[in-house]
Amino acid sequence: MTDDYEHYEAVVVGAGPGGAAAAATLARNGIETLVLERGVDAGSKNVSGGLLYAEESSPYTIDDLFPGFREEASDREVTEHYIHNIAGRNVKTFDLHDLHHHDTEWADSVLRRKMDSWLAREVHEMTRETGGGLLTEVRVNGLLREGAEIVGVTLDELDPIKADVIIGADGVNSELARDAGLMDWEEPDEWFQGVKAVAQMPEGAIEERFDVDEDEGVAHLFSGDLFENVRGGGFLYTNDQSLSIGTVFHLDSIADQRAEPQELLDNLLTHPLLADWIGDEYTELEYSAKLVPDSKKVAHPSPYRDRLLLVGDAAGQMQAQGPIIKGMNHAVTAGALAAEAFVDAKSRGDTSAAGERYVTKLENEGVMDKLRPTRYRTLGRLGEVGPVASAMNAVTDSVVGRTAISALGDRAESLFNSPFLMGMLPDTRMGYVTVPTVVAEQLGSPVEGESTVEPPELDDRIGDLTYDVDEGNPHIELRDNSFAASGTAVTACPVSAKDFGGGCYRDEYVGSNGTEEHVVSLDTQPCVECGTCAVVADTNWTHPRGGKGVEYEQG
Amino acid sequence: MHSVVLTKGVPDFREGQVSFDEDGHLERGKTPTVMNPNDRHALRAALQTKVRKGGTVSLMSMGPPGYMEVLQEGMRDVYADDLYLLSDREMGAADTWATAMTVATGIQKLDDPPDLVFAGFKTADGETGHTGPQTEWCLDMPLVTHVISLDIDDDEGVLRAKRLVEGDVEEIETVEAPLPAFVVADPEFEPTYRKAEHRLKHKDLREQTRERAAEFGEYLDDDSDLDVAEYDRFTMWDHTALNLDPDFIGLDGSPTIVAGVDPIPKAPSEREATMVDPDDEGAMERVVDELAPYAAGD
Repeated sequence: MTDDYEHYEAVVVGAGPGGAAAAATLARNGIETLVLERGVDAGSKNVSGGLLYAEESSPYTIDDLFPGFREEASDREVTEHYIHNIAGRNVKTFDLHDLHHHDTEWADSVLRRKMDSWLAREVHEMTRETGGGLLTEVRVNGLLREGAEIVGVTLDELDPIKADVIIGADGVNSELARDAGLMDWEEPDEWFQGVKAVAQMPEGAIEERFDVDEDEGVAHLFSGDLFENVRGGGFLYTNDQSLSIGTVFHLDSIADQRAEPQELLDNLLTHPLLADWIGDEYTELEYSAKLVPDSKKVAHPSPYRDRLLLVGDAAGQMQAQGPIIKGMNHAVTAGALAAEAFVDAKSRGDTSAAGERYVTKLENEGVMDKLRPTRYRTLGRLGEVGPVASAMNAVTDSVVGRTAISALGDRAESLFNSPFLMGMLPDTRMGYVTVPTVVAEQLGSPVEGESTVEPPELDDRIGDLTYDVDEGNPHIELRDNSFAASGTAVTACPVSAKDFGGGCYRDEYVGSNGTEEHVVSLDTQPCVECGTCAVVADTNWTHPRGGKGVEYEQG
Repeated sequence: MHSVVLTKGVPDFREGQVSFDEDGHLERGKTPTVMNPNDRHALRAALQTKVRKGGTVSLMSMGPPGYMEVLQEGMRDVYADDLYLLSDREMGAADTWATAMTVATGIQKLDDPPDLVFAGFKTADGETGHTGPQTEWCLDMPLVTHVISLDIDDDEGVLRAKRLVEGDVEEIETVEAPLPAFVVADPEFEPTYRKAEHRLKHKDLREQTRERAAEFGEYLDDDSDLDVAEYDRFTMWDHTALNLDPDFIGLDGSPTIVAGVDPIPKAPSEREATMVDPDDEGAMERVVDELAPYAAGD
């Protein structure tokens, strides 16, 4: 009964910034647009570190598309930007002013529930006028095909829907991208994992402790030896009335080192450098986690198949190069370009050309080169080759390297401010751990004072989250429960830990026929839907049904 | 498609709302009046019809003026469009028969005759389940009870419904009836919206009806100068407006004789409770010992 299927000109899957940008652009061009969001509210499934950029070189920024965005949906304009190189108590701080302001029109801290929820209201109003609209609590679970061709989407809550274009903006764990064969969950080294705590701040405390006005904010980045040699770093952003404090690590490093992400976050939270900022009363509003694609490796050069165009995290469009961390702005640009591509293709009478046009636009507008810089491809990757990486690491840590860094002195700051250099940093221990540690040891000075912060235990963090559990209908299935296949999830999952019984994954020994097997069991109830276990364990991974699962209030 | 939904105000029996005196009698004055919970299912069935097929939903009740707030609740929560209250002293103390006579007359007086009349399954206070079917008898429509899902075929002028046979959730039959028809929604009734278009319309209606209910609320506000009689979506009819003889309605028109009332005895508190400190390991062991035989199935 194919004829009974509903049809919309455009279906946008996911109401994050990428989906919102696409939907707004489609609606402005009079395209009948339906937006489908699986959360109870837009933003309830979304987490980001929390810095949203508007780039001067970008053809679209979020406030172009949504006038009033900065007043209504974002938190503070980030006016200062620092990186702290840490070795024990020794800290050497560089002002990243130049790097931060390079190509930056503005950068605001954001909390996703507030931001996406506002965007969704705007989008619903705009798309409703086209005959479409925005629906929450509906989960798109796959692609509708006629023969081999993608013609629409299938859903848990609704009958299949056909469309002339499908914008897949369904995030880092995009089920559409997997269904279309454009992305996979195979290699841990293609991903980062971020965890974040949102800490409540008393009225006026941000202004006082960070020495900023009400309309100013600060971004702090942290790297060095405080993360137990796991490759990655930390951040702290000032929101209106809270701090976003988080860590982002290469997933392969977390997996190989059996690191506990929540403990690495706690290392940052309890470092004496943060003591004065956080204050004596630490109130954690929310703990959250998210997988982040490494665009250098996975930004899809041709993110479309038939009528399906992927934007944002779903297409791997997340730029993380050293201290440059930009995701949402690229999703916004890509969303608008995908919409533009469809509008162009339609006006020329061939909507099937939208995908190709989208790829051309991503290249012509310079988006692809930001996501996969040519100089990284040639130089950075070389630095990741085993022997080369070890050699560079050894040199940096040697007398020669240390002397060189000491000789650089404060000129090192200017090197950190070079977008060119940062774009070709190899993703090795050298960049994340060795250089910052040596810099701190050679150039830094010790911080005074002690931290009184006591981060909550994992079970309290889980207990404070809101869930609507889909009883009897777990959304993740363990395909292989042997410890060898899936054991990494016990530590890498941000809501599981070794010797903690209340998380998603736990390991146990099961005896049968006189032999003892080391196995893993899974309880999806505390799942935060980050997707880590899809990569590090052997699972059938899907999102919960519409409206079910975790509901972030901060995001 | 015009649907009429019947509702009644009942004491709010929810924990924390309801109040009983020492003898176990309901304290009517201390217990708020709310829309009969089962009537929500009837309203949801009517709303589903409106979303899928268009048209309007009228909500009708017989009772004192205080029921205006019950009607407002139906407007706010389940999106009723027009509200009707049949109210005067002559209608008071009616049994189900006299109520059915009055309500059926109210329905017949509507300018736009309904395609569907919906009632809920039993009221939370009377629990008879009579008023709906007796109203249907007065209206002489086909009656479909225990409806759990509903589809209207307006081309054919019929409804198709799934209903529980004898109210049994294990046994479901599909029936068809010509319109206009009278539907009693079962508490198991679940509206389904499998099309995006329907969910979008539902979302539009939510916005519209919230505004409308707030507007009606301004008329109901004691401090307001607005006269509720002026509100165009609310109509109140007394027995003269309905052209009903007082001898056939209210207490005088009620053939039911209540032989007596037996209060339901309070449950005797025979069980003993022992407080256990969860940090006291010895005590926890005794709890486990106590429960072990039950766990073993003894």
